[in-house]
Amino acid sequence: MKARLTSAPTLVTAAAVVITAGFGMVFFYAPLDADQGFIQKIFYLHVPLAIWALLGFIIAGIYGIKYLRTNDPAHDARSYVLIHQSVIFATTVLITGSIWAKAAWGKWWIWDEPTLVSFLIIFLLYATYYPLRYSIEDRERQARYASVFAIVAGAFVPLNFMAVRLAESLIHPRTFATAEGGLPGSMALTFLVCFIGLGLMFFALIKFELEAKRTAAELSRLERQLAPDYEAPYRRTAAPTDLGASVSMEADRPDRGSL
Amino acid sequence: MSGLLAILGKDLRIELRAWRSLAPMALFSATVFVIFRFALDRERLEGGIAAGVLVTTLLFASLLAINRIFISEREEGGFDLIRLSPCDPSMMFLAKTAALTIYLILLELIAVPLFALFFLDSAEALPALAPVLVLAALGLAAVGALISTIATMSSARDLLAPLLLLPLSIPLVIAAAGAASPVLEAGGPGFERYGTWLAVLGLYDVIFCAIGFAVFDYLLDE
Repeated sequence: MKARLTSAPTLVTAAAVVITAGFGMVFFYAPLDADQGFIQKIFYLHVPLAIWALLGFIIAGIYGIKYLRTNDPAHDARSYVLIHQSVIFATTVLITGSIWAKAAWGKWWIWDEPTLVSFLIIFLLYATYYPLRYSIEDRERQARYASVFAIVAGAFVPLNFMAVRLAESLIHPRTFATAEGGLPGSMALTFLVCFIGLGLMFFALIKFELEAKRTAAELSRLERQLAPDYEAPYRRTAAPTDLGASVSMEADRPDRGSL
Repeated sequence: MSGLLAILGKDLRIELRAWRSLAPMALFSATVFVIFRFALDRERLEGGIAAGVLVTTLLFASLLAINRIFISEREEGGFDLIRLSPCDPSMMFLAKTAALTIYLILLELIAVPLFALFFLDSAEALPALAPVLVLAALGLAAVGALISTIATMSSARDLLAPLLLLPLSIPLVIAAAGAASPVLEAGGPGFERYGTWLAVLGLYDVIFCAIGFAVFDYLLDE
């Protein structure tokens, strides 16, 4: 297999290099924040994670639309993996946000930070993606309903941000509300490097998960070919097992019956 | 269009004959008001707490109807019939949204005066609540019809509908409570950011009606 620019090992190497450089810049290049001091440095981790998680949710919705249009299981798998990784990123966003809140305002959770509250709501919504998939037996229907969920939730993300921000009566200063315009150049550059690094990590993780699912599907196919009588222990899963054209799925799949 | 009216007419006729949704919803709301009276230990409510109690009660009561809205389709094979009929499946979404909106508005007509009787000193705030509650009912109905289809087709019916619906309803709750809170203030109705919240409710309704209409075909498709 030829090493491509977007292959998992290339992405991992690139992510490792850029993240190392970015964190180096965070500690040795970016100036200390005049107002918040050292704790402000969590910004370089917290905000890129949040942006990538949100982008992941929205791209998952786009793959949801693609799945409904083409019926290609590969799109459903991409949508699933994007949501999966975004939920993991969102968890880290909530944890880093909580740490930041403790250090900056003395409390582990504050309700007057609209971005963090919106994130909690979005996290709660996407957490229901797993029980939804899990409770639908039929693979094809599971993929369809999961795609519908991805579309609905993808549209919900911006609407929710707007509503939560409007509910915020207090306007309090935010480092990033003014985007890069409000940041000194060195901070903006550091942020950008961290943003790209974490983005590379995000896509590397997605690539890995997709590859793992593909390999598992291929393995069970080979198992069935080599030992048709062997019944692998049935494991019910919320994840898509059918990955479309890239894995040839013959009609010889034994019917496992329904649970 | 005739398909829409046929399904809506059928649902309303069933409801009129058996009162399977409205009666439990009204009873549920009254009980929840009593629960709030003791849980909050307050005999009179105003402002934010009043708005919160009202919106929360209506939201949870709506879950009862949302859970049941497709029950006859599932039990009597209505989903297969709609696929066999020449009627556009999206009409079913519109009909169910309309039916749920009607149930919710009827519920509001019962529960809101009861709420005023229990907790408010005067009824002067009620007219200003009407547009807020109607827009909220429409949004809840659209999301509810969509979620209920998904839940009905899954193996975890009663679990999945509230699980999916509650997070999706949060912007609706924010806007409805945001508009209702100044209206229910003790010193007489206030209209701080009333228009903004109505706009948010309207936007929510438009977005979820449009999405529901667009994707509903795929939920019924076999």
